[in-house]
Amino acid sequence: MIREEVRILRKERLEAFLRDLLRDYRVFAPVRKGELLLLDRIDSATDVALVDGKTKNSAKEALFPQRERIFAYRAEEGKVEVQVAPRTEEKQILFGVRPCDARGLLLLDAVFGGDCPDPYYVDKRAGTLVFGMACVNPSPSCFCLSMGGGPCSADGSDLLLVDLGDRYAVEAASVRGRAFLQEGPFENAGVEELAQAEEIGKEAASSMDPASIGEALEKRLERPVDDLLWAGLTESCLGCGVCTYLCPTCHCFDICDEAASTTGERIRIWDSCQFPLFTREASGYDPRPSGKERFRQRIMHKFSYLPKGRNMTGCVGCGRCVTECPVNLDIREVLKKISQAEAR
Amino acid sequence: MENPYVPFLMKIEEIITETEDEKIKTFVLSFAREEDKERFAYIPGQFAEISVFGKGEAPFGMASTPTVPERLEFSVSKIGVVTGALHNMEKGDTVGVRGPLGNGYCLEAFRGRNLLLVGGGFGFSTLRSLTNYILHERNRKTFGDLTVVYGARRPGLLLYRRDLEAWGQRTDLRLHLTVDQKEEGDEWQGRVGLVPNVIRSLAPGPGNTVAVVCGPPAMMRFTLPVLRDLGFGDENILLSLEKRMKCGIGKCGRCNVGSKYVCSDGPVFSQAELARL
Repeated sequence: MIREEVRILRKERLEAFLRDLLRDYRVFAPVRKGELLLLDRIDSATDVALVDGKTKNSAKEALFPQRERIFAYRAEEGKVEVQVAPRTEEKQILFGVRPCDARGLLLLDAVFGGDCPDPYYVDKRAGTLVFGMACVNPSPSCFCLSMGGGPCSADGSDLLLVDLGDRYAVEAASVRGRAFLQEGPFENAGVEELAQAEEIGKEAASSMDPASIGEALEKRLERPVDDLLWAGLTESCLGCGVCTYLCPTCHCFDICDEAASTTGERIRIWDSCQFPLFTREASGYDPRPSGKERFRQRIMHKFSYLPKGRNMTGCVGCGRCVTECPVNLDIREVLKKISQAEAR
Repeated sequence: MENPYVPFLMKIEEIITETEDEKIKTFVLSFAREEDKERFAYIPGQFAEISVFGKGEAPFGMASTPTVPERLEFSVSKIGVVTGALHNMEKGDTVGVRGPLGNGYCLEAFRGRNLLLVGGGFGFSTLRSLTNYILHERNRKTFGDLTVVYGARRPGLLLYRRDLEAWGQRTDLRLHLTVDQKEEGDEWQGRVGLVPNVIRSLAPGPGNTVAVVCGPPAMMRFTLPVLRDLGFGDENILLSLEKRMKCGIGKCGRCNVGSKYVCSDGPVFSQAELARL
């Protein structure tokens, strides 16, 4: 950490800080909903639950909602009128996002930005600041380190907060983040505070498996993987798609119409490569007819196609698919088996 | 920046029933707003998403030629929800059209070369677009010999009868029509046989020639080895792929072939490209 890039926020000033943010921004933060910890829009600074662990949902929802209107239409007697909402840049802050989720946004940026930008995503993204929260206690299902990230990685964040007990060290990770640190309740950081933040980062990382997964796997996937191996790996998969819904980088969607009699909406909703209807054509033909092909697509998309096409891995190691899978299919084990498998 | 998800509104000018089973109709569309015509500048081989409001969108290759930009045509086989709804629509109704999408044929690379177009069934709509483009008086001289091989299961399923008749009269195009089978009572005087077999017997030379193939997967699969046997290199065999698509702009994640998206990297690929995937 470079001293000029880090300032201090005392915890007793956090609530007032959040209240200030709420005046100018839509703020998303971890909140308790029943037994769940969710990243959700907050109305009050006291709603925020900054506790160990990560939210059940990923940060993608704030930029790529599960259901989103593309336009509304009115269709009457053969005539159609399409109403598209005017484009606005919504100012929002994603507060307390874990480094894995913040890093996931970089992949979404590449997919939804690029040559043919998606207006719904990029408009939200342009006005969004990400205030990451470093992980002091990574959980056993976390494997960000193996995916090129880390528990204190600032990739994808504008500011990264590190919990020092009674205060946060706040690191600027972007130009916009740096500008933000100049004002507000921040104090200069002392040498000990910087050292403490460094130490916390090291300790958090040392508690995790350091083995890299991505590169060897990408190389391995350049050669065909035996069909029998795919079949064996996916035998227990139910195709429920929870892994893709909770994944911070999964972004497949469907476009459909929701119609009343003469009016309706064209919406986009999350879809999943694990669902049987995802690729089935109207003729009945399906290029991915069974769970084996669908599971293979998920792995190939994340660990071969995205690295090839976008030079990024489609996995940030958040471990949600590991903890939430109803049949305990652990993607780390799957990847290990593939990496070790002989070429056909 | 334009919104790539919002369709142009278009009016149905004419509906042509193409086949004897009435399952394929061609919809002739005109732009509701004149300025949209310029914004929808397309080339043969590209496609568009057609909206039936309240039912959704489905992708179709343009069947018309950009040399007649005010008349956009799509041939639609009645098979699912959107296509079923389209078939129930009438002249004067409004649909949405989003596009043009995809890469289309690289016309610059075709100039000065001979072209062998191989089509089957419904996939012929794209090759009809290309053929009419090439035959346009402004364009014809810039291309070499043009050979079109087109097959349907039965004579009554051949599309674009009016075009086929006109092409048959021309001397600057060799047209070979074939049907898989002829039934008792068919007046069909032409060829009977599967497209790959017809290609083999015609034995077109590969010299300075690009083979452009569009048709059902089985036809493409069996045509490929025949073309290779005739000496066509993989880089000179172009295939149009078809997949279920939604966004059409490489984002929604469903139409992968290997690391490529059919919608935005294709739908036209050379066999050489496909072999690398």
